Amino acid sequence: MEGYIPELKELIKRVEATRPARVERAKRNEHFPALTMQQREEWLNLYHPDYKKDGRRAVRIGPNKGAVLPEEVASLLESSSRIDSNAIDLSRVDYTADVLVIGGGGAGTAAAIMAQEAGCKAIISTKLRHGDSNTVMAEGGIQGADQECDSPYCHYLDVVGGGHFTNRPDLVAALTNDAPLIISWLEDMGMMFDKLPDGRMKVRHGGGTSRKRMHSAGDMTGAEIMRVLRDEARNRHWDITVLEFTPAVELLLDSDGGCAGAILYNLETKEFYIVRAKAVIIASGGFGRLHIQGFPTTNHYGATADGVVMAYRAGVAVSELDSTQYHPTGAVFPEQNVGLLITEKVRGLGAQLLNIEGEEFCFALEPRDVESTCIIRECVDQGKGVMTPVGRIGVWLDSPMIDLLHGEGTVKKELPAKYIQFKRYGIDISKEPMLIYPTLHYQNGGLVINDEGGTSLRGLFSAGEVTGGVHGRNRLMGNSLLDILVFGRRAGMSAAEYAKKDDKTKVTLTLAHIDRFERELKDAGIEGAVRGPLLLPDYTPDHVRVRRANKE
Amino acid sequence: MAEDKKKKIKPLATGDKTIPPEGAKMISIYIMGREYRVPETLTILKAVEYAGYRYVRGCGCRGGICGACGTFYRYLGDYRLKTGLACQTVAEPNMVIVQLPFFPANRPNYTLEGMGGDLHGELRRLYPEVFKCVGCGTCTRTCPMDIDVMDYISLMKRGDLKGAAEKSFDCVMCGLCAGRCPAQISQFNAAMFVRRLYGRFMASKAAHLSKRVDEVQSGKYAIMLEDLTKADSDDIKRLYIEREREPDMSEPGGWMPEDTSHL
Repeated sequence: MEGYIPELKELIKRVEATRPARVERAKRNEHFPALTMQQREEWLNLYHPDYKKDGRRAVRIGPNKGAVLPEEVASLLESSSRIDSNAIDLSRVDYTADVLVIGGGGAGTAAAIMAQEAGCKAIISTKLRHGDSNTVMAEGGIQGADQECDSPYCHYLDVVGGGHFTNRPDLVAALTNDAPLIISWLEDMGMMFDKLPDGRMKVRHGGGTSRKRMHSAGDMTGAEIMRVLRDEARNRHWDITVLEFTPAVELLLDSDGGCAGAILYNLETKEFYIVRAKAVIIASGGFGRLHIQGFPTTNHYGATADGVVMAYRAGVAVSELDSTQYHPTGAVFPEQNVGLLITEKVRGLGAQLLNIEGEEFCFALEPRDVESTCIIRECVDQGKGVMTPVGRIGVWLDSPMIDLLHGEGTVKKELPAKYIQFKRYGIDISKEPMLIYPTLHYQNGGLVINDEGGTSLRGLFSAGEVTGGVHGRNRLMGNSLLDILVFGRRAGMSAAEYAKKDDKTKVTLTLAHIDRFERELKDAGIEGAVRGPLLLPDYTPDHVRVRRANKE
Repeated sequence: MAEDKKKKIKPLATGDKTIPPEGAKMISIYIMGREYRVPETLTILKAVEYAGYRYVRGCGCRGGICGACGTFYRYLGDYRLKTGLACQTVAEPNMVIVQLPFFPANRPNYTLEGMGGDLHGELRRLYPEVFKCVGCGTCTRTCPMDIDVMDYISLMKRGDLKGAAEKSFDCVMCGLCAGRCPAQISQFNAAMFVRRLYGRFMASKAAHLSKRVDEVQSGKYAIMLEDLTKADSDDIKRLYIEREREPDMSEPGGWMPEDTSHL
């Protein structure tokens, strides 16, 4: 692959022409004016995909009946169980645990480690391999107020402002208060943070931050966190059993209506397993692979909202599930990199966004939804986007500015993964800009929890992207890696405490809530509902589907 | 005219399903030996899906970082065996492909607590096979992340754990190196261990962090935060707008705000 096609190379010359003057201004700490609060509001309403009316509808049953959600989400909440409750023998228990953790990403693994530390035996059920999750894909960093000029107080204000004051205050207080503890926990486990020689954390700004508090490990921060957590969980394998390629498909309740286990599904042998547990934690991640409104996504292959679907059937309500984060900078060229996340760290290091003329059109470090809105507006409304050969559109992210601002070699050193991913296709991002457009990145809302990770269902806890309220309607960079660990740990500790005092070894397991839900579906006239949870997306091309010619 | 222009620049939204552009050139690839025709320029992962496979194993982040899709391939008529990540390698004509979704690598159990003395000795104890590296360089040629694996193994042998930690940092733990090693070393697991040793025992601790941890544990911020959770929305908005922003080019630890009342 030989890099940019001639037409795009020609356009890059315009970027190069304006670059020296832009670098000079950046060195003087002069930047493009940020939008006022009023402009933010106006532009969001006009251009952000979340604010559009089409592609959404009211969900017809369940605890959030009447709430208007994206079509893709509403139809899954109204999906029918994968299990015939009459055909399954719940007395044949395959696994027992003190704590069952559904999801093997960062939140679930942190929860399992804390539950184990509290003396519990834990099972992690995960759909793909242990660690295959959005956690590994988070690149830029994790926030935590540990510098002298900063405090959890400042962090709190940044979080609620970025969330347009729609966040749940108690959850934000927990998030920001625990942040330094999390950074320290990771340091103790041997995570390789970017540090100065004296040990001081190398911190940076992210969109919407008032202080530099973005901690990183190259541009693989999430991958480094995940591999350290997974390694630690593996060291405790006597107490933490990991079941890979075995997602949960249904919660199990006890006869008093508390959560007491789950049904797992072996993706390879197609068997269902019954797990009885004293407490259950849902940490199954987000919904990027539902491709809301057809957007490409930065999410991993298994991000299909399974946890929300299961818990909703058991009566747990959701909040802000109509709110989706579009990461401002997903790659649109080359075609092989489409949807690929370009970390916000690129902008944190000084790279600006430019239109087809090579001109700046917005402040590069707005909160993410505002930044995405500015890019969509510039392309779709102002007509100043750059078109790729297959008809995708984007704007330039001027990464070569980084070496000019911070010294030769900075791009390669600070963004090694991105550097390789473009170099592979003949593009040197320390010399040439990247072409980007917003991409579906994060599920802002989800299951309603309290600040200890508890849900309205006794015995059920939850943490991470599957939950709602922490970030309100918009999340700042570096707060999701923090969220999964703060609430993963809290959920793990709460579940362990609950498991220790609530002995469920003799309870009768039931799927009565599923029978009730199926009746509700029928009563609401929802026939032929899709089966949920979805588990995996289906990218079968049409020419293959036609040849299959069966009932699939 | 203006209307036309707007229509023309409407972005295509196609999710992840491959929609080849009109007139796309088709090529032959051989998935585990069977020939399929797929459009050129796709990654191996998307080409396999285009051929009709639906992944369970061998597919994870689809973005080059999780290591689920390690792949061996060779071109028809060429003796050389090549490797790559399926999500990052472009399918080319006459590629014969097989993925390695799992590799039974050696990973001894350990606990960091109680270590800290002779770190090189700990490595020798857990991974004696590292010291039997024959220096063939196959691991380095195999690595899809272009890591000089043999180099970090030789740094491990010499006791330069910092060097080994840094040089192995980009590892996605796909296991391809271990799959090809004649000395039967599980390089990526040994490297994971060494990175944790380095992060825990060798890198300088962040003094400002441990000070802040003490402050948090003393409950210093709990009251401030509780006040914020109770403040009415106008006050919060005012506080948000009045925040001082740390300058972009300041050094970490080198700047203080004018108002230090909530630090």
